[in-house]
Amino acid sequence: MSIPTDLKYTKSHEWVKTEADGNVSVGITDHAQELLGDMVFVELPQVGDTFTQKQECAVAESVKAAADVYSPVSGEVVEVNSALVDNPENINQDAFGSWLFKLKPSNPAEVEGLLDATGYQALLDSEEH
Amino acid sequence: MLKKTPLNQTHREMNAKMVDFGGWDMPLHYGSQLDEHHKVRQDAGMFDVSHMLPIDIKGESTRDFLRHLVANNVDKLTIPGKALYTCMLTPEGGVIDDLIIYFLSETWFRIVVNAGTADKDVDWIIKQRDIIAPDLEITSRRDLAMIAVQGPNARAKVWQVIPEAKAATEELKLFQSATLNHFFIARTGYTGEDGFEIMLPAEESPAFWRALYDAGVAPAGLGARDTLRLEAGMNLYGQDMDETTLPMESGLGWTVDLKSERDFIGKQALLDSKVTQQLVGLVLLDRGVLRNHQKVVAQHDGREFEGEITSGGFSPTINQSIALARIAIEIAPDEEVHVLVRDKKLRAKVVKYPFVRNGKVLI
Repeated sequence: MSIPTDLKYTKSHEWVKTEADGNVSVGITDHAQELLGDMVFVELPQVGDTFTQKQECAVAESVKAAADVYSPVSGEVVEVNSALVDNPENINQDAFGSWLFKLKPSNPAEVEGLLDATGYQALLDSEEH
Repeated sequence: MLKKTPLNQTHREMNAKMVDFGGWDMPLHYGSQLDEHHKVRQDAGMFDVSHMLPIDIKGESTRDFLRHLVANNVDKLTIPGKALYTCMLTPEGGVIDDLIIYFLSETWFRIVVNAGTADKDVDWIIKQRDIIAPDLEITSRRDLAMIAVQGPNARAKVWQVIPEAKAATEELKLFQSATLNHFFIARTGYTGEDGFEIMLPAEESPAFWRALYDAGVAPAGLGARDTLRLEAGMNLYGQDMDETTLPMESGLGWTVDLKSERDFIGKQALLDSKVTQQLVGLVLLDRGVLRNHQKVVAQHDGREFEGEITSGGFSPTINQSIALARIAIEIAPDEEVHVLVRDKKLRAKVVKYPFVRNGKVLI
C-alpha cells in the first residue's frame, strides 16, 4: 500500500486534502478500509454542520462493523459526497479518491499540525507491533 | 496462544485475513466477505469449521443417555446416519449449547458442538455420564477436520473431487449422513443452502481443501458464514441464545420435545416457565445497518415494548439490513418498530424468518 505524499493524515485514519480554494476534503485511508472490509453504508454530515477537531462527524459501516469518522480539523461542512451513499463500495476500491465531505477550516494551523505521509507510515508501522 | 485448525497454514497460503475467534485463529475472509457470500448463494463455497468439536459417545446405553441429556428427542433418529438438531439445557432450562446429533448405530452416536463452548460441553456431558451412564465411552475427536461445502453446486463439486462419494451420498436427504472410507459426509449446513459438512482425518484436510478449490469451490471465511446464517435465520450461540435464555425465547421451541413421557434435563423448568419473549426477524426500512445489542422500541395496542437485537447485520442477498431481535410475544409480523441507532430512531418491519433459503428471498 502506498500512502499519497500530497495528503495529510490523522491518528484515527482519516486523510485530508487541501483544495485550491483552501477548503479540505476528508476521507478514510486505505488502511482503514482494509481493516473494515466491504463497505455497505455511510452516514454523512449535513452541509452547514460545524465540528471541532476530533469530533465525530460521519459513520462508515462495513458488513463487519461501524466506524466513527472524526473531523480532522475544526470547521464548517461545505459539501458532502452524496454519490458515496449509493456506492459505499467505492471506498474499498479507491479510499484516497473517495472523499466523504469538504470542510472550510476555521483554524488553518490545525491542518498544518496533521501527520504527513512519513508520519502516518510510522504510525501504521507502530500499530503493527 | 491461539488454537489452530489443521487448515491454518492453508488459509495463510490463500491470503486469508485471520482473526481471533473465541481463542481460535480463524479466517475472516480471503479478500471480500461479500464475494464469498454471493459465491455460496449462487455456486459453491467452503468453510473450515474444524474449530467445532465432534464428540463420539459409545456404549449400550447411548440412546438412553441422550434421551436424558438433550431437549429434542433422539427417538426421532431411527435410520442410521440420521441427524437431529437440539439444545442441551441447564436444569433451569437455559441453553448450554446447540448441537447436532448423528445416529451412527445403537452403540455409537456422534455429536458436534460449538467451538467456544466445547470445553464446557465436554465437562457437562462427562459429569452427566458419571451420574447416570458410567459405562459410556466419551471421546473428543480433535483428530478430525471438518469442512462445510455449501451452495447450489456444492454437492456436485464434492462428487467431482471424490467420485466414489456420489453413489454413497446422492440419495441422502437433508439431515442425513453417510460414511465412506475416511470421510463422514452429512447433508447439513449453516447457510440455508444445500451442501455437505464433511469430517475427515486432520492430516488429509489440506489436500482435500486444495482439491475442492481446484474444482471451483471458493474458500469462505467467518464473515460470510455469519451473514449467510443470519439470512438463513439460524441462531448463533452466545448471541441469540445462552444459559440465561429459554429455547422458546430464542426461536428454538420447535427443537424441544415436551410431548413424550421422557424426562430430560431442563424439562421441568420449561413446563413451569411463562414465556413472554420471542425472537423475531427485522428488516430495516431506513438506511443504515442494524447491529447486535441495539434497542428496539415497539408500540402495540397503546403500550410500549422494548426489545433488543441479538444478531444484526447487512444482508448481501437482500441488499438491506436485517436482524434477529428478542421482544415481547405480543409483537407480530408486519408491525413497524423503531431501532435506536446512535442518535437516530430507524424504522424496521417485523418479519417471519428465515430471510433467505436456497438462494431465494422469502420476506
